[in-house]
Amino acid sequence: MYRYDEYDQKIVDERVKQYSDQVRRRLSGELTEEEFMPLRLQNGLYMQIHGYMLRIAVPYGLISAQQMRMFAHIARKYDRGYGHFTTRQNIQFNWLKLQDTPAILADLASVQMHAIQTSGNCVRNITSDEFAGVAQDEVADPRPYAEILRQWSTFHPEFAFLPRKFKIAISGGREDRAAIYAHDIGLAVTKNAQGETGFRVLVGGGLGRTPIIGTEICEFVPWQHILTYVESILRVYNQYGRRDNKYKARIKILVKALGIDEFKRQVEADWADLKDGPGTLTREEVDRVASFFTDPAYETLPDHDSRLNEFKADSRSFSHWLQRNVRPHRVPGYAIVVLSLKKPGNAPGDATAEQMDFVADLADRYSFGELRITHKQNLVLADVRKKDLVSLWQEASAQELTTPNIGMLTDIISCPGAEFCTLANARSIPLAKLIAERFEDLDYQYDIGEITLNISGCVNACGQHHIGNIGITGVEKKDHDEWYQVSIGGAEGNDSSISKIIGPSFTFHQVPEVIERLIQVYLRERTEAERFIDTVRRIGHAPFKDHVYAADFDVQEEEVAGKHIVVPAQYDVPYFSPRF
Amino acid sequence: MIIKNKAIVADDWTVLRLQENEAAESVQVAAGKVIVPLKVWQAQRGALQQRTEIGVWLASDERPEELQGDIGKFAVIAVDFPKFSDGRGYSIAFNLRARLGYTGELRAIGDVLRDQLFYMQRVGFDAFAPRPDRKIEDALKGLNDFSEVYQTSFDPKLPLFRRVQRKGNQTESSQ
Repeated sequence: MYRYDEYDQKIVDERVKQYSDQVRRRLSGELTEEEFMPLRLQNGLYMQIHGYMLRIAVPYGLISAQQMRMFAHIARKYDRGYGHFTTRQNIQFNWLKLQDTPAILADLASVQMHAIQTSGNCVRNITSDEFAGVAQDEVADPRPYAEILRQWSTFHPEFAFLPRKFKIAISGGREDRAAIYAHDIGLAVTKNAQGETGFRVLVGGGLGRTPIIGTEICEFVPWQHILTYVESILRVYNQYGRRDNKYKARIKILVKALGIDEFKRQVEADWADLKDGPGTLTREEVDRVASFFTDPAYETLPDHDSRLNEFKADSRSFSHWLQRNVRPHRVPGYAIVVLSLKKPGNAPGDATAEQMDFVADLADRYSFGELRITHKQNLVLADVRKKDLVSLWQEASAQELTTPNIGMLTDIISCPGAEFCTLANARSIPLAKLIAERFEDLDYQYDIGEITLNISGCVNACGQHHIGNIGITGVEKKDHDEWYQVSIGGAEGNDSSISKIIGPSFTFHQVPEVIERLIQVYLRERTEAERFIDTVRRIGHAPFKDHVYAADFDVQEEEVAGKHIVVPAQYDVPYFSPRF
Repeated sequence: MIIKNKAIVADDWTVLRLQENEAAESVQVAAGKVIVPLKVWQAQRGALQQRTEIGVWLASDERPEELQGDIGKFAVIAVDFPKFSDGRGYSIAFNLRARLGYTGELRAIGDVLRDQLFYMQRVGFDAFAPRPDRKIEDALKGLNDFSEVYQTSFDPKLPLFRRVQRKGNQTESSQ
C-alpha cells in the first residue's frame, strides 16, 4: 500500500499544527462557532448529539494492521471502546471531546493518517473497489489513480468552498463495486481499442434528496489527462453550481439544469487550455505511485486444497461461510475473505477496540498486514491462502466476525441514525437490529438469496437507501414522530437503479413485517434463479404494494403515538447538543 | 491597513459599494483612488478610464471575462467574498490570472479571514483586506500554514510531481 514520503508527512503534520491552532482559537472564543464550523468540518469533525464525532479518512478503504491498531487505541483512549465504519470506507468515532481532537490527529499523523476533507463542501475521501488488485475481473488497478487523486484533491486551493460536498469514486473491475453511478464523479478505469489506459467518466450521480444516476460525460479520457479533466468539471461546478439552496447545490442539479451536452461543452471549453499543461500526469509519477501497489510476495500454491473440502463436508457453518464470505482471487491458491460486521444484534459497521486489534493481528498473520474497509461496512482480508481458511475461520468466529451473511438480507447497510446524528429523523441502528433479529434464520436467508437492504435515518441518504433493493428512510411527521418510508427496486453496480417508494410510511415496529410481506411476494412470484431485484423489475411495484397494504399490522408499539423513543435514555446528553 | 505581498501596509484605496438608492449610471465616483463595482465601471467607462488610477471589483456572481480587453487599465482588481464560504471568488481569481493574464494587484475583499488566506494566495491573490473586526497581524500568519502543496494552481505553476524527485516504493515486496 502507499506509504508517505517526507512531502506527504510534512503536509499532514502541518495540518495537525494548523488545526490545533484553530481549536485553540475556538476554545478561547477568538473564533465564533459559525466561523469554526466550516474549519472543523473540513477536518471531519461534527457536533452531534452526544458530543463531537470525528470522521477519519481511510483513503480508498485501504488500511494497514498498524493503522487499524491506532483506531483501537483511539477507541479506548478517547471514545467508548468502539468505532463505526461508514459507507464511504471511513471510520467515525462518536463520543469525543473537542479538546482531545488535536491529540487524536497527532496520533493519526504518526501512522500516516488524517481526517482531511472528510466533511465540508470540498472533495471528500476518494473511494474505490474493495477488491482492487485482487479481483478476477479487474481491467486495471484503480489504487494508484485513487492515490494520485487523493493527493491532487488534498487542500486544492480553488475547490475548498464548493457549493456542496463532492464525492469521487473509482472502480477498476468489469463489475462496478464502488457505486460509481451514485457519485458526483464516477471513474471507471478502462482500456481503449489500442490497449491504452484511460477513464470512462460519469458525472452528476448522487443520492440525498434528489437521487440521480450519473451520466457519462466522456467515454474515454486518457490517463495523462484525468487530473485536468476532473479540475475542469470542478471549476465549472464551482462557478455555476447553485448556492442559494443547499438542497439544489450538488453537481447533479447543475448537470440536469444545463443538460449533459451543454455541461460537457463548458467543461471541455475550460479544459482546452489545461490539456497538456503542467497538471498533465507523467508516466514517472504514475509508475512511482504504482510501485506501492505491486503484488505482495505470493507463494506458488495449488488452487485446490483438499483439507478445505473435508472440513466443508464436516461443518455446515464453515461451508456457509465459504459460500457467502469468501470470494475468488486472481492468484491461484489465494482467496478474498470478507469479515462480516453484521452479526444480528450488533450495530451494522460497528467494531469494538478488541475486534480492531484482533483483525489487525489476523491481517499480519494471514494477509500481508493489510485490510480493506468496504462501502457495505464490512472488512476484507484480500490475500488469504486457501490452506489458511479453516484456521482463519475458527479464530474469527470467536470474535463474531464470521456471520455468513455477505450479500444477504441481514448484511444491512445503515447510517448511525437519530441516536447519534442531528440530521436524522428516525433511528437506524435499532431498526437494523430489529430486522436482523427477525430474519436471523440462515435457511430462510439462503432461500431468499441475494438482496440488499439499506437504511438511512433521513433523506440525506448516508445509508444509500436509494440503491438498496429494499430502501428504508426515516421521515419526520408532526410532533417529531419517527416514521419510515419503504422503497424497492434500487441497485448499485453495472445495472444501477434508483428505488421507488411503495406507499404511505410505517412505524418503527411495522417495518420488519413490511419486509416480511415484500419477501413473501418475491418468494411467490420468482422464477428459478431470479434475485429479488430481478423479480421487482419484471413484475413491477404493484404486486408488492398490494400485498404490503392488504392487511392491518398487528404489532405492539413501545409507547403511544407522539411520545416515542428517539432519546436514548442511557446516554448522557451534553448541554450543547443541538437536538435536545 | 491591508496585507500586500506578505506584509502589512497602509492602503489608500476606497472601495465603492452601491447603496440601495444608488444606480451604477449616476453614482458619483469620488476623486482619488477608488475601487468601483464592475457595473459602475461598465456604466461610466468613458469617464473612469480617463483617470490615472482606477480599480474595479467583481461580485462573486460576476464574470471576469467582462473585463477582457480592459484588463490593463486597472491598478487593482478586487474580488468580493460576500461570505467566506462562497468559493466562487477562487475561480474568478484563477481565471483572471491564468486565463486573462492579469498581472496587477489582485485583492480579496469582504468576508476575508485568516484561515482562507493560504488558499487565496495560491489562486492568485496578492493583497488581502481582512475583516476589520479581526487583528490583521493574526491574519498574516494564515499565509504560512503550509510549506508544501501537491497540486498546481496559479501558484505554484508546477505540481509537486514535476517540481521534485519523489521516491517510489523502497521496500522490495514484489517477487
